[in-house]
Amino acid sequence: MMVVYALFGVAALVALAPIAVAFGVSQGKDTTTTLIYGACLIVTLGLCTIALLSLFDVSHTISQATLPLGLPWLGAHFRIDALASFFLVVVNLGGAAASLFALGYGRHEESPLRVLPFYPVYLAAMNLVVMADDAFSFLVSWEFMSLTSWALVISNHRVRENLRAGFIYLLMAGFGTLSLLLAFGLLAGAAGNYAFDAIRAAPPVAGVAALVFILAIVGTGSKAGLIPLHAWLPLAHPAAPSHVSALMSGVMTKVAVYGFVRIVFDLLGTPAWWWSLVVLAIGGATAVMGVLYALMQRDLKRVLAYSTIENIGIIFAALGLALAFKTEGLNWAAALALTAGLFHVFNHSLFKSLLFFGAGSVLNATGTRDIEQLGGLIHRMPQTAFVFLAGCVAISALPPLNGFVSEWLTFQAILQSPQLPSWGLKLMVPAVGALLALSAALAAACFVRAFGFTFLGRARTPAASGAQETDSNSLAAMYIVAALCLIAGILPGVFIDALAPVVQSLVGGRMPVQTSVEWLSIVPIAESRSSYNGLLVFVFMISSGAIAAFAIHRLASDKVRRGPAWGCGYPDASTATQYTADSFAQPIRRVFGTVVFRAREIGEMPPPGSTEPARLTVELHDLIWDSLYAPIAAGVAFAAERLNYLQFLTIRSYLSLVFTALVLLLLVLAIWP
Amino acid sequence: MRGLSFDIAHMLAGSLVLVSFLQLYQDRLSALINVFAMHALVLALSVAWQAFVQEAPHLYITAVIALVFKAIVIPVALRRIIVRLGIHREIEAVVGVGLAMLVGIGLVALSMVVMLRVTAEADPLAREDLAFALSVVLLGLLVMVTRRNAVGQVIGFMSLENGLVLAATGAKGMPLVVEISVAFSVLIAFIVIGIFLFRIRERFDTVDMQAMDRFRGEQR
Repeated sequence: MMVVYALFGVAALVALAPIAVAFGVSQGKDTTTTLIYGACLIVTLGLCTIALLSLFDVSHTISQATLPLGLPWLGAHFRIDALASFFLVVVNLGGAAASLFALGYGRHEESPLRVLPFYPVYLAAMNLVVMADDAFSFLVSWEFMSLTSWALVISNHRVRENLRAGFIYLLMAGFGTLSLLLAFGLLAGAAGNYAFDAIRAAPPVAGVAALVFILAIVGTGSKAGLIPLHAWLPLAHPAAPSHVSALMSGVMTKVAVYGFVRIVFDLLGTPAWWWSLVVLAIGGATAVMGVLYALMQRDLKRVLAYSTIENIGIIFAALGLALAFKTEGLNWAAALALTAGLFHVFNHSLFKSLLFFGAGSVLNATGTRDIEQLGGLIHRMPQTAFVFLAGCVAISALPPLNGFVSEWLTFQAILQSPQLPSWGLKLMVPAVGALLALSAALAAACFVRAFGFTFLGRARTPAASGAQETDSNSLAAMYIVAALCLIAGILPGVFIDALAPVVQSLVGGRMPVQTSVEWLSIVPIAESRSSYNGLLVFVFMISSGAIAAFAIHRLASDKVRRGPAWGCGYPDASTATQYTADSFAQPIRRVFGTVVFRAREIGEMPPPGSTEPARLTVELHDLIWDSLYAPIAAGVAFAAERLNYLQFLTIRSYLSLVFTALVLLLLVLAIWP
Repeated sequence: MRGLSFDIAHMLAGSLVLVSFLQLYQDRLSALINVFAMHALVLALSVAWQAFVQEAPHLYITAVIALVFKAIVIPVALRRIIVRLGIHREIEAVVGVGLAMLVGIGLVALSMVVMLRVTAEADPLAREDLAFALSVVLLGLLVMVTRRNAVGQVIGFMSLENGLVLAATGAKGMPLVVEISVAFSVLIAFIVIGIFLFRIRERFDTVDMQAMDRFRGEQR
């Protein structure tokens, strides 16, 4: 029954699109913005409630429905099981937060009428992907999700960069869907039964399964942003309006993760031994590369987009671990790894949305996304600064917020790798663990940079010094998401227990019950091994901070003194003499960048006596783009150039071509044995 | 009766192929139109015989459509067009007749081989019919390819359609809707192409495709 209610919700979202068009024409943009985002907020909250009800339903009934749409002999199957209900929570919580944020943010947009019709359909499509229970509905919803998000990316189409981002996104989305199409074609087999039930009942043989696995990684990985298929993501996510960026980064990549989990853990039967190695390697590499890219960026939203790639790497590494443990029959460890991965899915959807909301508010207040143009915003936007800081703390995996818990669980799973019998995995898993540790440290540096140069110091431009605090709706959305981050950080046991039915259905095991552990601690395996208590950490931080403040203000002096900002020793107090984001990243660029980006620094000194300034030029190369995408693009351009003359033949030549092709095909048919 | 009806159907379909060859042989437009009228007449006969054999009265309608439109209305109209354009005496084959005939023979052989192999289990009447129909389609295409003049290409296209109708009526149980739509599509194509011919003529003073190539800046 749940799925029917959910489908009504989706239908309501789809119906909002024509309403947006009609109202946009007749009522003007302010009314329409409020109406559409308000309606989206209500519907997504309803869908979220439905998802929560089915996730916490003790009887774990699977709710199914078939609509007479789609392929005539198949119909459109929809189903909400534990996995789907968890991802529905992620999708609709993110959707609700983004809608609330957009109630305020959407008013300041340049052309809201280009965004409004697509936004509810985009939400509906993501819901449908998660609920789909046959390959046809899955692919149609998936493609709808891609197309609507593409329309949202190019909503501000007067910027040339956005058009390029949209073009690359469209290409990569088409490529990903093609891979998924082939994967489902192979899964359905010669009989061509596309319902997931039928696929589940008859999993493919080993060779076909391996092919499906590769295609599934390529198809879902290109949407999630796995390296080297990530090229579109850092272009497209920042190009969209900020609340859509939050949805794309926080939610749509998770829908891609859902696709991967659904295919590999649910539909594909028993995994082969090498699958986990592939996923682990890609996950580890993606995590480190993503955060290294993020550290080199100046565009605030692009930093966040690359950081999404890093977090997807962490999630995929956890999924790879779960796959490894599942293959070796260690169900309890697989449950731990999968719980960690899924919990990180939830956490990342929260704090990445929060950070994009913050970036949107900054963009709105200052008109720029360039970190080097900002600074000192903590004085002008204190509340935004506070919630953005909370997001940074969460994404840097610092306790007591939620990012720490899921990464800690991932490392707990990695520490179980000595239990694995295969030597390949025994060596591989600690290496991936090291990569994840490195990426966690670099992520912290990355967000120190992002927060520090945006909000601290002094304003570098007049735009930054004239910024105003953002509106109350946007702030409310950010505060709510930040509060959820804190709740997930200090009460992780509730969330882990909520994930238990999901994990149980996928790997046949679950983590120990956490809510019965005293004092809200979480215990991944056994109390003697390791445990974590977010509440204790939180209480300690609050009390030690309060005691320190009390001691200083009571026992010493309670006077507040404001002095001039320290000018780094320069006599001239110009804002240009401040530490810059590029110089902050320089040590990391020197250590990693020379290999990963072939970074070069060229210093030009003027000759003695000249009054010209000295210049320092930094060269960075995107090696993945240069070695993978650029040759393909050049090849396509070359072929197009060669084939171009076919555009200018005579009618008779075209007829002859058709005729020759037909005769050749008939000849093949005649000669074929 | 069975043997005789088969033989007559076979003969009519074979004559259609023969008339297609006649079409290939004509290098004057007015003669080509005459042969096309004959082509449509043979088609109408063949369809009518199929209607009688299959006891499917709706096929008579198809036969009448073929007779009225393709054997009478369209040839008369086409003749008026070429007389008004003043091109009824033009010689306009691109490829030599001998070569075209040889290619045509090869095409018929090819379609026989393909069809007889593919439809090994089908009803023998439908089987032969399909093989002849494919030959007619291929020969129609060959006519289109070997003509230089737009009118010649139109006729090639319509004799190709005749092949399709032959295939459709040869198979039992083809609904009438399809045939009517096929007939009307030809009519519409004819009208559209006719209008285009006049527009082209207005603009370029000729319907010779080579002349149009010259207008596009191509040297032949």
